[in-house]
Amino acid sequence: MNPLSVVARTVCNLFAWFLAIFGIYVIVHGHLTPGGGFQGGAVVATFMAFLLVAHGGEKMQSWVRKDRFTLMECFGLTLFISAGLLGMSKTFFFNFLAKAGGVFGGVLPIGPNAGALNTSGTIALMNLSVGIEVVGGLSMILLYMFSAAHPQEPMGREESGHDR
Amino acid sequence: MIEILHLSILATILISGFLALWFRNLLSSVISLSVLSLFVSLEFFYMQAPDVAIAEAGIGAGLSTAIYIVALRAVGKKQFRKEGEH
Repeated sequence: MNPLSVVARTVCNLFAWFLAIFGIYVIVHGHLTPGGGFQGGAVVATFMAFLLVAHGGEKMQSWVRKDRFTLMECFGLTLFISAGLLGMSKTFFFNFLAKAGGVFGGVLPIGPNAGALNTSGTIALMNLSVGIEVVGGLSMILLYMFSAAHPQEPMGREESGHDR
Repeated sequence: MIEILHLSILATILISGFLALWFRNLLSSVISLSVLSLFVSLEFFYMQAPDVAIAEAGIGAGLSTAIYIVALRAVGKKQFRKEGEH
């Protein structure tokens, strides 16, 4: 896939970052607002699709490597299952970090409040790991789809106008 | 007022689904599928399921459109069309 015109690339360079920030926001605030690891990971993977469509395949393959995404996927799954196994002294997926202090274990005051970011225990950790896993998996689907569809790509051509 | 908005969302879903079947050009078909996903996501949001709306907007309107377009670019040259159709 050749890169698009300079207008499309400039708009992509400007606005793709908002997409990435929104996806990371949805992942990190997974226990407070709608969405979670899967939804935020899908939004961040849409950012990768945006870059792939706007800048073309060769540049994308020079920026990222596919085995890094495999590594991200394995790391997310391992983090998730170890967060489940570490609470094994009580039950599987026991929330052992809640109210323990530190980054994940803040204590909420009693009564109606808006919620705080650092009070969820292992739930935020699981949202993060699912987010990392979904980003890796969906970006890997995109990149493998691309490289299977374009086995050898002519270098250095640029489309004069928009796509098609 | 809100019923009119809801009915127009539903009508847009129907029309874009019909257009996705009706277009001969496959790229236009994929774009109208993306519009269908966007309005299905609006409908989910109206039905107070913002979780599903985010997932639908991210995957249905974003990722699957990109995957379809990559696949279309791959098969575009081998696409074969019968005579008499256009």
